[in-house]
Amino acid sequence: MSARGAARLFSTDHKVIGLQYLFLSLIAVTTGMILSLLMRYHLAWPAGRLPFITGGIMTPEQYLALVTMHGTIMVFFVLTTAPQNAFGTYFLPLQIGAREMAFPVLNMLGFWLTSAAFIVLLAAFFVQGGAPISGWTAYPPLSGLGDITGPGEGMGQTLWIVSILIFCVASVISSINFIATTIEMRASGMKMMRMPLTVWAWFITSILILLSFSVLLAAGVLLLLDRSFGTSFFVPAGLVVTGQLQSHSGGSPLLWQHLFWFFGHPEVYIAILPGMGVTSQLLSNFSRKPVFGYPAMVVTLSAIGVLGFSVWGHHMFVSGMSPYSGFTFSVLTMSIAVPSAAKTFNWIGTLWGGKIQFRTPMLFALGFVSIFITGGLSGIFLAQPAVDNMLHATYFVVAHLHLVMGVAAIFGVFAATYYWFPKMFGRVMNETLGKLHFWLTFAGAYAIFVPMHFLGIAGGIRRYADDSGAAYLVGLQPLHAFMTVAAFCTAAVQLIFFWNFFASMKSGAPATPNPWDATTLEWAVPSPPPPDNFGSTKITVYRGPYEYSVPGAPADFIPQNLPPTTTGDGGFPA
Amino acid sequence: MSGNWMSSTALTTESAEPGIPQRVYPTGMILTLGAILMFFMALFSAWVVRKGLSTSPLEAPISLPWRLLSLNTALLFASSGALEASRRFLRAGDTAKFRIWWCAATILGVAFLVGQFEAWRELEGQGIYFASNPDASFFFLFTGAHALHLIGGIAGLLIIALKPLRQLTRNTATRIAAIYWHFLTLIWASIFLLLIFAK
Repeated sequence: MSARGAARLFSTDHKVIGLQYLFLSLIAVTTGMILSLLMRYHLAWPAGRLPFITGGIMTPEQYLALVTMHGTIMVFFVLTTAPQNAFGTYFLPLQIGAREMAFPVLNMLGFWLTSAAFIVLLAAFFVQGGAPISGWTAYPPLSGLGDITGPGEGMGQTLWIVSILIFCVASVISSINFIATTIEMRASGMKMMRMPLTVWAWFITSILILLSFSVLLAAGVLLLLDRSFGTSFFVPAGLVVTGQLQSHSGGSPLLWQHLFWFFGHPEVYIAILPGMGVTSQLLSNFSRKPVFGYPAMVVTLSAIGVLGFSVWGHHMFVSGMSPYSGFTFSVLTMSIAVPSAAKTFNWIGTLWGGKIQFRTPMLFALGFVSIFITGGLSGIFLAQPAVDNMLHATYFVVAHLHLVMGVAAIFGVFAATYYWFPKMFGRVMNETLGKLHFWLTFAGAYAIFVPMHFLGIAGGIRRYADDSGAAYLVGLQPLHAFMTVAAFCTAAVQLIFFWNFFASMKSGAPATPNPWDATTLEWAVPSPPPPDNFGSTKITVYRGPYEYSVPGAPADFIPQNLPPTTTGDGGFPA
Repeated sequence: MSGNWMSSTALTTESAEPGIPQRVYPTGMILTLGAILMFFMALFSAWVVRKGLSTSPLEAPISLPWRLLSLNTALLFASSGALEASRRFLRAGDTAKFRIWWCAATILGVAFLVGQFEAWRELEGQGIYFASNPDASFFFLFTGAHALHLIGGIAGLLIIALKPLRQLTRNTATRIAAIYWHFLTLIWASIFLLLIFAK
């Protein structure tokens, strides 16, 4: 590799690193999607033959390996990496008027550790026994004993844990960088309550990452010790696996669940909060109206973050917990509906009476709101311990989590991609292809996941490789087939996106510095921004982030850095 | 100039890289401590839960080398004190005393680690190993995790003492090193107290 190539590859420029994160998550999402298509194919046609599988027909263990790897790749390397690290690393410094992140070298280190974690995870496919079968939650004792518990539980599971440990370190490093940058690197006049809501979302998300990934790191270390050094943190006494008494004594599988979900629930918000920030910004931008209730948006983001740490027990309602604990977790869980509903109310309030421009990024932001509501509402069902007793581990949960955490977050990523593409690459994406991509993906996502709720209500159990043997589910097999066809169609639609993305990078129409007539600071620099962002220009912020359609102003937007004297009437609300 | 900033010329001419304000470093360090604290909190809570489950006589509490551990605790507190003294001399402009006390703090830190290692060997002498029993597992885990963090701290103290600084001014460098070092002293004190309470 040339010296210049290496310099660019190992760059400490936050914009280069942001793009590196973006491309890493594009590779990861493609991998994860292919795994899900294989799973969906097998669920619809369990006897169907697949050319690249030994024996032709997928075994239940191979199916579980796909489940594990799909979940892990999507949760960590897509939903944590793209909304937070890709767009946050690129746009946080620009939006607060900073020249760089606070710790440029740590920024680069975070990316390379994340990449290393991804490679270690993928390596699990290629070791003896293959990828682990214990799911993305890796519950012991299944995950704690080695290959005696199944194929993939030997080297594959060890690689999985090592990958997650590396990912934890990378995420914590990057979150420290985000928080320090937000606190210490803001341009003059950029008070906290003038920060764009995207910045607020990345900031709160970083705090969640800092506090929760450290706990997962500790849990992962304990699990690794149980597997490799014979300790008994999680593996209980007297355990007999395939006729052999295990030598472990007295550990608690529930302890893992507590530690894991203390991370795992905040993780849900780590995936979704950045999407909420982007949606808030876009709804305002494309309605040509200020965000309705900006302070409330900040308070609700924070409230969701705080509450997110107190509800992990709702993942464990069926673990035999005390009914009083269950009740507490249930009430706290349902209380998250309050800030969530307040946010939704404010989004609608932002749209109300606006001059709405249905551009592609706006469509995806609106799609985010729709899917967040649909997916969120089923969460209120699941928050009831009595209802959860029936729905736990069914496809109802799978449908819920995919809509609210997966699809909604991905819609946030698409919105961000279409919105910031002109800034990142200096070119504009094709609007017609973008709209086609939106409508087909929007319809496709609902087509896949709405029927899944019914399968769950009927008692369809998740993680089963083949429902066709269960008499009470045989009648629903056509539903599986429908979801699979919808999944393949929706996946095919993403080719439109990829085409649009790469073709526009090469030959899209050149972008102006501020193609959306937006107010925040990233639009004050050329597209793409120069390496030193604002150069020698001293950035001063005079007003809040969403000054759209201010009465009496010469234009329907006032950039944050525009001095009061140039707006014509001596200044607008600061 | 180049080389050791502990020489008196370095103390007056060292400057920070432009663009990134010095205040990000203490902020970054305090955030790092937040992450480390959560890591140890997770281990502590795991221990409390796990201890509540130990009903088998095989899981009886182990007897720890209390005298040695108390000595180690004293060494670590002395090290923290020496580091503070060193920073006081730095502020007063007394480079020679600053250097002596900084080295003393580092040496006391190393002595603590040697003492901890000795405690491990005493346990080994009793036939108690990492996986022998949950108390032993957690003891080795707490002390091991703390020692790893402390080794990082010693590396930091040495780097600050021996290498020229690029991005950090001397005040920032000594300040963040001290924040980290005192934090590790407090973490050890918490571990030690927990062990005493669990006796």
